This record gives sequence, C-alpha cells and structure tokens, in this order.
Amino acid sequence: MAADSGAQQFPLPAILEYPSSTPPELITQGAEGRLYKSTYLLPSIPCALKYRPPKPWRHPVLDARLTRHRILSEARNLAKCRREGVPVPTVYATDESAGWLMMEWVAGGPVRAAINEWLQRRRDSEQAEGRSGDAIVEGTREEDADLVALLRRIGAAVGHMHKVGIVHGDLTTSNMMLRPWEKGKEPTNGHNVEGDGLLEGEIVIIDFGLASQSSSDEDRAVDLYVLERAFASTHPRAEKLFTAMLESAYKDAFKQAPIVLKKLEDVRMRGRKRSMLG
Amino acid sequence: MSTSSILETVQLEHIPSTHSVHIAVFRDVENAAFLHQQLLARNPDFEYALIDAGVITSSLQVLSAAFRAINVQVAGTMRTPNVHSEIVWSLSPNNNIAESYRRYGITPESRDLIIVKVLVTPLVSSSSSPPAVETDSDASAKPLLTPQTIEEHLLTHVKGRPVPFTDLTLGELTDWGRVRKYYKLNGVSWLDKIKDPATKDKEMNMLIMSGMALRGV
Repeated sequence: MAADSGAQQFPLPAILEYPSSTPPELITQGAEGRLYKSTYLLPSIPCALKYRPPKPWRHPVLDARLTRHRILSEARNLAKCRREGVPVPTVYATDESAGWLMMEWVAGGPVRAAINEWLQRRRDSEQAEGRSGDAIVEGTREEDADLVALLRRIGAAVGHMHKVGIVHGDLTTSNMMLRPWEKGKEPTNGHNVEGDGLLEGEIVIIDFGLASQSSSDEDRAVDLYVLERAFASTHPRAEKLFTAMLESAYKDAFKQAPIVLKKLEDVRMRGRKRSMLG
Repeated sequence: MSTSSILETVQLEHIPSTHSVHIAVFRDVENAAFLHQQLLARNPDFEYALIDAGVITSSLQVLSAAFRAINVQVAGTMRTPNVHSEIVWSLSPNNNIAESYRRYGITPESRDLIIVKVLVTPLVSSSSSPPAVETDSDASAKPLLTPQTIEEHLLTHVKGRPVPFTDLTLGELTDWGRVRKYYKLNGVSWLDKIKDPATKDKEMNMLIMSGMALRGV
C-alpha cells in the first residue's frame, strides 16, 4: 500500500489505495496526469494506470467535465485502435469520474531510448576506427539494416493508425514502445536475426491523451510533422534516413498517403499551426 | 484455495480487503429453470451472479466483471439491484441491462453455469486509511455468510457437476458463435489471419476485455 513506499510524493488515487500484492510504482508525471505501474485483477498481470488528479485551480464543475471527457476520449481512441489491429495497449478498466484509466502494461522500453543507445554504440565503434563518430546515418551500410527496419515499422504503425481514422496528437519516439516480439508475431523478413537485438521488437503506440478521431489529411500531416520534428531534435544524425524510411513505409501501409505527404510539405513550410492566431 | 473446495476464492488486486470473490463452475446443470426462477423472485438466499458459461472464454473475463461491479458498488453508483446483477451487466459491452441478463445470465435452458458470490466482511478494526465501506445488504439481515455456507448451499441447490474454475475447463464450455456475436468479433478481419491458436485466443480475450471496459464509455 501507499504507506510502504516513502518516496511516494503524491497522494495515490483511491483505487490504488486498496491493497495489492506489490505497491504501485510512479513511472512518470506529465503536465496533466501521472502514470503508475500496478497490477490488474491478479498479482501476475501488470497494468498501467493513468490518473488525472483534480486541478484545484479550475472551477470544480469544469474540472470534472474536462477530466471525464479526456479519460473517455483516450479510452475510446485506444479501444478503436485495438479493435482495428493497430498495436496499442488494451484498455482494462476506466473510472472517468475518479479520473483514471487502467490499461495493459507494455513490456520493453521506449523507441527513443533504443535508438539513442544504438546511435551511441555506432559512434563508439566509429571512434574506435579513428573516425569522428558524428557522421550522418545514411542507411546504406550493412549495420544500418536494423535501424532501417525499425523506421519502416514505425512508418507502418503510424500509417495503420491513420488508416483507421485516429490521429495521435503527440507522436514522438518516446510515445512508442519497442515490445519484445511475441511468439508468432515476428516478421518473416525485414528483421535482422543476427543483429544485437537492440532495435528488435514490435512497435506499440502509447499515450493517446491528445488523440482524436479524424480523417483530415491536414491533421494527419501535422501528426507526421510533429513526429519528424521530435525525431530530428532527439536523433539528429538519423533525421534524413528517418524521413525517407517513414515516408516509404507510411505509403505502403496507407492508401491515401500521397495526399498526406503532399500536405506535409505545406506543413513543413509553415509549421504546425494553420492559423496564426494560436 | 483448499483443494477439496468447489469454490475458487480470489482476492482481487485493488479491491478493498473486505471484499472477496468466490466462484464455482457447474456442468450439466439440470435445474437451471429453478435457479432462474429464484433469481426472478429475488429470493435473497439465491443472490449470486449466475452466468451462462457459454459466453465466457477465460477466467479473467469473469474476474474483470467482478472487479468492475465491486468498484461501482464501493463507489455507490450501482445501476442494477445488487453487486451480483452488476457482475452480469459488467460482462456486456453495451448499456442494455435487460439484454445483458438474457445474454450473459442464466436462462431456463442453461446447461453450464459459472456462479459468482461476492462476500463483504465488515471491517475488523484494521487501518483507517481506506474509506469506510458500506456494509452490504446481504450481510445485514442474516447470520454471516462464509465460503463454507455458500458451498453447502450451492451443493444442495445446484443439480450439476462441479468443475474447477480454470481457463481449461472454461474453454471447453465456450460457445464461440455467441461470443463472437455478442462481442462483435465477426467483423474483425485481422483476428482470423492469426495462425497460432494461442495468440489468437489471447487477442480475442483482449478484445473482449476491452469491449467490457468500454461499456457506456
């Protein structure tokens, strides 16, 4: 229970106050809510609980409505993706009036950490060979095959999500997990069996807190743009390769991709906001 | 769980320690019409969640429904008469309560039953941290129910063969046609492309759990 962990800075949501086999663990804190790792039903089933605490600075009625709306829309969008076969965590339970959403725990780590680790290793090996180590990753070398395959899987996952009518709203490599392959899910080609396994795994898109249902090409292009910018700032050396791979895999996964990519060029020119008012 | 018992007792995660869930499975039940009648008559001695085993694919599905039902009971926002009817409704992916009783609950024709009982024991001066749990209606009137009394009651009144509450036995009783219809799995084309049967079962169970969780959302 809560009292067990002295490091608990925040009061737990009521649901987590009830006994469990292991105490809930605070994973991360965002602007709007907190993410805990805990267990669902049985000690053997890990889950993630997203909790949006009441905001004391908002009018209570407005606060309750906003929280409720956001929990419900996140749950709906996750469920829609799950049903359509887009890899996202399953929703286990929700309590919109208490402000929480419980979902499947996704094993593995964020894509961002994996790519950074991979780039670091590449740099180390280049420096060991006497080169500077900050060369642009072209994707042409044999060792780059893992990264190329990963970027293609990202493009395919995003394309699939857009195809079913969901835009994510905050696509970054931190909001994608690399889940170790489950039995029968490994692709038969396009993944390197002999590699170090660092970039192996199934892409699982997480954090649908800003997602919405939309089939507008503008919204989709903005989604891609946000991902592109986030990628460029976290992994600048692989930016070029990223754009090329993302676009080609996105096209393969999603029929309307060419229109979206055309829009993406406009968005790149002007930035994410269409109107100059916000 | 003692091995001799027909009841599987589960203490769910993140449920007040005052609440415990007890589950029995009976095959080839001959007196479903009688049990159904007790339910309609609201006979308090027969306050159970009587679930038709055909619509159940896994133990987690049942536990999930129990979790939700206990949660709303504790929160005081039940919309059906008691926590047991709430369990049956929690199995449904839609808000129609009467329909959920017909589809997921016992019918006079049911052969295989999953019977769930939620026991609420009054708080025994433990810590004061959890909010006070309202004592359940069934605890107030009669001498306290225990797993033993429930087991005796079920063995006396359910004319069927008790089997363990495991995914293996539940899997044998599943009517996939109904499950696929009720949980709208027929239109999900990617499911049918999964070759490995274990993976496919797991994915279907996940979609069922998600459907239940999204009820009313």
